[in-house]
Amino acid sequence: MEFIILEKQKPILLIWPEYMKPILEIKNISKKFTIGHGQKPYLNLRDSLVSIFQPRISSEVFFALKSISFDVYPGESIGIIGKNGAGKSTLLKILSKITPPSSGKIISRGRIASLLEVGTGFHSELSGRENIFLNGSILGMKKKEIENKFDEIVDFSGTEFFLDTPLKHYSSGMKLRLAFAVAAFLEPEILIIDEVLAVGDADFQKKCIGKMEDVSKSGRTILFVSHNMASMRALCSKGLLISKGELIYSGKMNEAIDKYISASSKAAHSGEIPPDASSTNKGIAKFTKIVLKGKNGVATDTIHYRSMMCLDFEVNALENLPDVMLDIRICTPDGLNLVHAMNKYTSPEERALKKGRNFIHCGLANQLQPGQYSFSIGIHYPDGSTIEYVENILNFNVLNIADENNEGFNYNYNLCYVRFESEWKIEN
Amino acid sequence: MEYEIKSKEKLTLGLGELWQYRELFYFFTWRDIKIKYKQTVLGFAWAVLQPLIMMLIFNAFLGTKLYDASIPLPYPIFIFSGLLLWNFFSTGISAAGTSMVSNADIIKKIYFPRLIIPISSVLVALFDFFMACILFIILLAYYQISIHLFHFFFFSLVGILITSLSSFGLGSLLAALNIKYRDFRYIIPFMVQALLFISPVFYQIPIARNSWFNYFAAINPMYAAIELFRKGIMYQPLNTNLIALSLFSSLLLLICGIYYFRKTEAYFADLA
Repeated sequence: MEFIILEKQKPILLIWPEYMKPILEIKNISKKFTIGHGQKPYLNLRDSLVSIFQPRISSEVFFALKSISFDVYPGESIGIIGKNGAGKSTLLKILSKITPPSSGKIISRGRIASLLEVGTGFHSELSGRENIFLNGSILGMKKKEIENKFDEIVDFSGTEFFLDTPLKHYSSGMKLRLAFAVAAFLEPEILIIDEVLAVGDADFQKKCIGKMEDVSKSGRTILFVSHNMASMRALCSKGLLISKGELIYSGKMNEAIDKYISASSKAAHSGEIPPDASSTNKGIAKFTKIVLKGKNGVATDTIHYRSMMCLDFEVNALENLPDVMLDIRICTPDGLNLVHAMNKYTSPEERALKKGRNFIHCGLANQLQPGQYSFSIGIHYPDGSTIEYVENILNFNVLNIADENNEGFNYNYNLCYVRFESEWKIEN
Repeated sequence: MEYEIKSKEKLTLGLGELWQYRELFYFFTWRDIKIKYKQTVLGFAWAVLQPLIMMLIFNAFLGTKLYDASIPLPYPIFIFSGLLLWNFFSTGISAAGTSMVSNADIIKKIYFPRLIIPISSVLVALFDFFMACILFIILLAYYQISIHLFHFFFFSLVGILITSLSSFGLGSLLAALNIKYRDFRYIIPFMVQALLFISPVFYQIPIARNSWFNYFAAINPMYAAIELFRKGIMYQPLNTNLIALSLFSSLLLLICGIYYFRKTEAYFADLA
């Protein structure tokens, strides 16, 4: 009898290493694009015919991805983070076979379904019912599968009364719910999702994240791109940080997020703003330095709860700018813009920049609840068009103790982001 | 289930994958048929009315000019049998030729064998063709054309097969070219018109004279398709040389079309 038990166990041991093979092996994936100068949105025949006879005058090679390698094991949920244009979406497109890599290869050991957009193939002339079938089959579901899950899909989307109405009469929210509902019932071994949760109202997002949690708990492998750090933290066990086409970090999600935040706040220590930091720049004026000071005038990145803070920055202007709008935005690590401050309603001399270096001081009454935030700063023309804008340039923390002898903040961290000055009166 | 994604895939027909995704043929074709006649009062009747109206117009204007006594059929039947196939071919290649661009939103977001899209466009045209066939059979009865049933079905099928394959070949070639060079959006309508004039739709290409025009006209794949299709209702000898030439050109078109399409399809999403 014992012998038989051993015989039964043996195959399991044999299967084990096979099972632990990565479900996806990404090996040295690169993707390059050739950018011709003065390039057209698409080719035309005449130019191609001409270029047979003359060598290409100038073209530049741009690497959207530079030899990226990583392994994905079954059941892992991986979050991919990075700035806009870092190459996240290109990576997902390669993984979902939409576009081929320029070099390198991927070995896949499971059925991949990708969700780079909700409602791919939706047609506004078709009814909700018809679109469920169309979209489902485009996403790779079999007709039988869709029929079996049809009631659940309709139920999840909450559009049962409009099933036979053409999609063009749906509200955008309804369209979205229907689209997500179809996608939610996909059952591939590997699911690739790009930024789908960035849309919809808060309730719907909550529902989506709930569904995604179920999916990741059900043991399926997920690759997920989002700017919503909060949902990434909740959903993903492993994180990949991509910057300028290169894989910078791969490991725990929390650490990847921390690295992302500190990398995006380049000026955190020196106060110098690197020239390539701006996300929008007209070349007329440039931020060169930013320093956050506490109430005592010392540079810091930590501010007490309910205190004054001062943001000093330097602008190098190439010409006189008699009327500009300076603005400061504060956002959360999850990318939510919280607070906006600007000099629009100040006196004219506080709105003028002279040619050369300008030193700007801005006092801010800290009404933020304890937590981590970051500053974005911008210069705009009075009509709102942007001269220079630098995103997430400086991170700072708000402590949960008020300065000096004031009382501390003893409540839950998640108690909103902003504290409002309020007056209270109780009549008995 | 293990497979690789590499920069250069081996060039194959990809039939296995097409079979795996076979349901998409149905859904794309079904979608396009549904949309085509959405919000029209007459609906599917348009599939029948289009060749009918064209036939009436051609009959009225060209009936006396181009009708020659050697045609052993009433002129309306003669034109209609040609138009029937011609419409299938021309809507097939126009739809297939623009199909990749009009489905760019989908191909940029999801993977499936790309050939499904032009094939589905041809299937939509085939559906219209069968609708119009109902009218054709009514017309045959009205003009009391005597047909040999087996003969009729055999040659009809041959005609349909040649038209399907050559519209798929040319359509997928145009689809692949169109996504790279949008010039083809303008070239396709002209090409369709020019092909109509060298196809034996309203006139008979004289078989006796072996002029250069005959050979030129026979390079057109529709020459064999229409001639063989008509053979089912009209008892006239065929010029086998010209038919062979036409069959060869439709085969060549099919091979070139699929080859070029498969060769360039990986980059459709980057170009679309």
